[in-house]
This record gives sequence, structure tokens and C-alpha cells, in this order.
Amino acid sequence: MGLKILVLAKQVPDTRNVGQDAMKPDGTVNRAALPAIFNPEDLNALEQALRLKDTFPGTTVHIVTMGPPRAAEIIREAMFRGADGGYLVTDRAFAGADTLATSYTLSLAVKKLAPFDLILAGRQAIDGDTAQVGPQVADKVAVPQITYAEEIQSVKDGKIRVKRRLERGIEIVESPLPCVVTVHSSAAECRFRNSKLTMKNKHAKTLSELQETESSYVNLYKTSPWLTITEWSANDLNPDFNCLGLTGSPTKVKTIENVVLTAKESVQLTPSDSDMDNLMKELIANHTIG
Amino acid sequence: MNNVFVYIEIEDGAVADVSLELLTKGKKLANQLEKKLEAIAIGFNLQGLEKELFPYGVDVLHVADDKRLAPYTTLPHNKIVCEIFKREQPEIALFGASSVGRDLAPRICSTTGSGLTADCTSLEIGDHTDPKTKQEYKNLLYQIRPAFGGNIIATIINPDTRPQIATVREGVMKKEIFDANYKGEVKKFDISILNDADFVVKVIEREIEKSKVNLKASQVIVAGGYGVGSRENFKLLYELAEVLGGEVAGSRAAVDSGFVDHERQVGQTGVTVRPKLYIACGISGAVQHTAGMQESSIIISINNDPLAPINTIADYVISGDLNEVLPKMVKYYKQNTK
Repeated sequence: MGLKILVLAKQVPDTRNVGQDAMKPDGTVNRAALPAIFNPEDLNALEQALRLKDTFPGTTVHIVTMGPPRAAEIIREAMFRGADGGYLVTDRAFAGADTLATSYTLSLAVKKLAPFDLILAGRQAIDGDTAQVGPQVADKVAVPQITYAEEIQSVKDGKIRVKRRLERGIEIVESPLPCVVTVHSSAAECRFRNSKLTMKNKHAKTLSELQETESSYVNLYKTSPWLTITEWSANDLNPDFNCLGLTGSPTKVKTIENVVLTAKESVQLTPSDSDMDNLMKELIANHTIG
Repeated sequence: MNNVFVYIEIEDGAVADVSLELLTKGKKLANQLEKKLEAIAIGFNLQGLEKELFPYGVDVLHVADDKRLAPYTTLPHNKIVCEIFKREQPEIALFGASSVGRDLAPRICSTTGSGLTADCTSLEIGDHTDPKTKQEYKNLLYQIRPAFGGNIIATIINPDTRPQIATVREGVMKKEIFDANYKGEVKKFDISILNDADFVVKVIEREIEKSKVNLKASQVIVAGGYGVGSRENFKLLYELAEVLGGEVAGSRAAVDSGFVDHERQVGQTGVTVRPKLYIACGISGAVQHTAGMQESSIIISINNDPLAPINTIADYVISGDLNEVLPKMVKYYKQNTK
């Protein structure tokens, strides 16, 4: 029994490694200074998909991502690790989308790929930490959702059983398929690139990328159709354009302030014995401790 | 109509702290807007719940009570809240930024088409003029949160959609009784709108522990960041915390690196704390972290980087190696309390 699995993934700026040059003087984000990476929890989701593919022969795993043209990088990365291919949803009309407009766009792409058995996604992306897109896609596709998944325990008789990681414990839930499962960072790490798959898929490209490729490779895409990464523009999804991008986003950013911590007058100390002795005496004397 | 709503989270029959904190904040927002505060409680065996909730200033408590509604599952709770929102047209709706609120609120917003801002650290009422259309909006909810690795603080608004929905982490807002004798009204929700399709997701098993760590109640917190370097080095923090009768906490970087467990995370995506003493060891002080501890009475920063941002909000800055500083603090505390 093979499953048709879609993994929603996002290429994100690596906000965990923000340097001093991450912000421009005008207070906007200097994206060029931040490396773009595969959103970490989406990799956890990919691993859960690949495990199902290992268990059930005939299973296919495809990435669906919305982003700029260079987001094709994460589709290739997923193919190096075992995904069968992917769909890049890219258009200027999507720019400025909040989670609602993003989930609308992704849901159209997902519906175009129906029927499917399972949609997996990371719980949240590190550039926003909202955890909203998964449940919102589930709503728009009208299927149940299981969030905070740590492990897919079984898939049988059209049902999926999932262990969820909650703040103070775990929960095991069962849902009929199809459904959306969002995967938590406590789930298994994604496997590394497989060298054979990396060789096989290293030339995987979207049509726009192909136009910039040397002609000597062009024949390759006729003989190896899996190397063509499907690219969809807004028109391909037949959307209500009022629901896309900035226009379709109910949340607006009113103001952005650079963070300036208001300085207190700090007492400067060294690790010397006298400083440490005095500090502890002071804290005990004013009843902060003791 | 157009009131302020709070979704009440119930775990094993008890109201979650975050819901009481949101009621406190919700009451202030409602008073400012001259609107009522309404609460939605969904679960099983909820009779008498109003006695606990009315003192927070709840004017209307909507109760949906049925065996199938506890423990929480997404679909029936979503349907009930959406139905109440459709009837009552809330101005503002607040949810805890817990695994329940963060599961439920986005789905609701998808149905209602409203904007949602996650993990707000502050909520205020204010006006807005659209920079392009010059259209004026009165009394919007300012949803304020750090964004983008903590380098910026963003104020988010939903000018055109209602309700304006936000999630807030436990501990960010303060819980305060509004009036111990306050009396509201209970409205029973007719659950006949639910059908079998709403109960297709089954909870097979749950193991929820009472939290072992109670950072919020701790008067002394010794917190470590990425600069602590390893799980092994955190032992120094535990030693100091034990001597001072406090708890150990970590920044997100320390938690993500596996130095300390997730339940000890302080900050925007962790717990917010207000202890008498907060000792920050090897924490640089990203705003997501300081958002969760800046109201501590006394802050000590131990850092070998004299320019660490956290030093600017610290009362005491100890420039040095924590391997040297922490054992000395233990030593001199013991010496001075003999």
C-alpha cells in the first residue's frame, strides 16, 4: 500500500545566527546577510514522510513550497534526502503574505495535487514562530489536523496514529486519512543526504532555472523527467487574487522598532574574591536572598 | 456585540493560568473600549465554573458541556467557537499560546478570515491611519511582539477584519481578581450543531504530568545561555540554584542546544518570570529572552563579553568566566549566611 504524501516546507532566513549586520540602518531586515536554510521543523516532517516511504513501498513524497525562485534549493535538498520531487509556488503576487494568505495559496496548490493521503509540515517556521499555516491549510482543505507531532506510530486501515509532544506530557491521537500533521522539533532528526540520490538529482531544476542552464544539459531533462521541478505561478492556481499576498493578509505591520534596551545604571564587578564577597553580603542584607 | 472574548483552556477540570491572565488583560481592554468581557468554556463537567471566572470580571460565560468535549480535540472546539463568533461578532478574541491555543486559534482564523498574531508580549488599544488611503481607524488592538530573531519589535494590527485575534504565552500577563463579588451571566451553548464528523479524531492515550519545574513561583532563578557551553557546565548553575533555593532556567539557544530541558525555557516562546533575583549566565540578551525576564527585581549578568546586550538591563554586571564566578558566589553565600 503506497501513500501519496505532500510535505509543506519553507526556505527561511537563519534567524538563529543573526549577526550585527542583519538589520539595515533604516530598520528593515537585511536578507542578504542571512543565510537561507531549510526550515528545521520541516526537515523533521520530511523525515516522518521518508520513514513512511521506507515502510510502505510505492509511497511518494513531494515537497510543496511557496517562496522566491531560489526556494527551489530546498526541493533539491529534499530530493537528495529521499523525496521524489516537488512543487515550487512562486509569484510576485504572493509577496507580503501573512499566514492566512500563505495558507490560502498553499491550499490551492495542495488541492491541485489531490487526492493525497497525508500532508506533513513542520510545526512552525523559525522566521515567524507562528505555527499557524499547518492548521489553516487543514481548515481550507477541510481535513482534520494533528499538531505538535513527535512520531507517526502507525498508518493502517485508513487511519493514522500519532504521538504528540505537549508542554507537560504526551498524547496519542488517531485521525482518519487524509489529514494534516505538523511535526515538532522533538521528532527524529532528518536523515542526511544519500550520495546516490544526490548524484541522481543534482541537476533537478525548475523551468526558470533551466533557462539559465548550459545547453549541453538540455537533453537530460527529456530523458530524466523527474529532474524538472514543477513551478506554479498564481495563474496556475486560478486564485481569487484578493486573497493573495499583501492584499489577502488581514494582519498589517503598523510599526517596527529596532530594539534598544533602556540602560540601567549597572554596578560593574570583577570575579575577584572581594567583589564576590561584597555582592553576596549586599544581596543577603537587602533580603534578595537568604 | 463587539465584545472582548477569551477562550478558557481547561486541563483535567482546572482552568489554565494563562486563561485567567487573559481574562485580567481582557477586562482592561474591554473597559477601555466600554465593552463587555465574555468567556468561552468548552469541556465536560463544567458546572460551577462561573464561580471561579466571574471574579475576573466576566460578564457572559458561554459554556459547552459534553463528555465528548474533553479532552480537547480540534474540530468540535473549533466549530463551537466559530459558531459563537458568528453570532456574537467579537471585537477582540484572546487565546493562550499553548499547544491548545496554538492548535485552535489558527483554524478559527482560517474560518473567520481574521488576522492572528502569535505570542504577543503586549496588547494595547490605539488608533491608526492607513499611510496610503489616509483612512482612519479608531481603537484597534495593537498586537506587539518581537520578530525576526529578536532584532525588531513589531506592532501588528488587523484594520479590516474582526475579531482581532491574538495568542499570549502563560505568564506574560498578570492574573488579578477584578472584583470578588462580580456577577455575570451563564449562557449554555446548544451542542446539537455537533455531529459524528466532528469527532473523527480520537484521543487514545494521554500522559500529562503536573509540571515538575515551577519557574514562575521561584524567587531566585539562575539562567544559562548558549555561552554556558555544555550540559555539563550547567551543573554549576544547578549548584548555585540549590544553595540559593532557586530554580535553573535557560535561554532558547541553551534549550535548542540541548544544554537544558525545554520546560525551563525563559522568554517569548517559553515562560515569563518575575523573580526577586535573576542571574543570567552566558546569556547575550536577545529581546525574546529579555521579554521573559526584564521585570525581575534584581538582574545579575555574568558574561565574558562586556558588550552583551543583557548588561544594559542588569543591576550588576560581572565581567568574567562563569566557571570562576559561580563557585565563588556559592562559597561567599555560604560564608556570609553561617
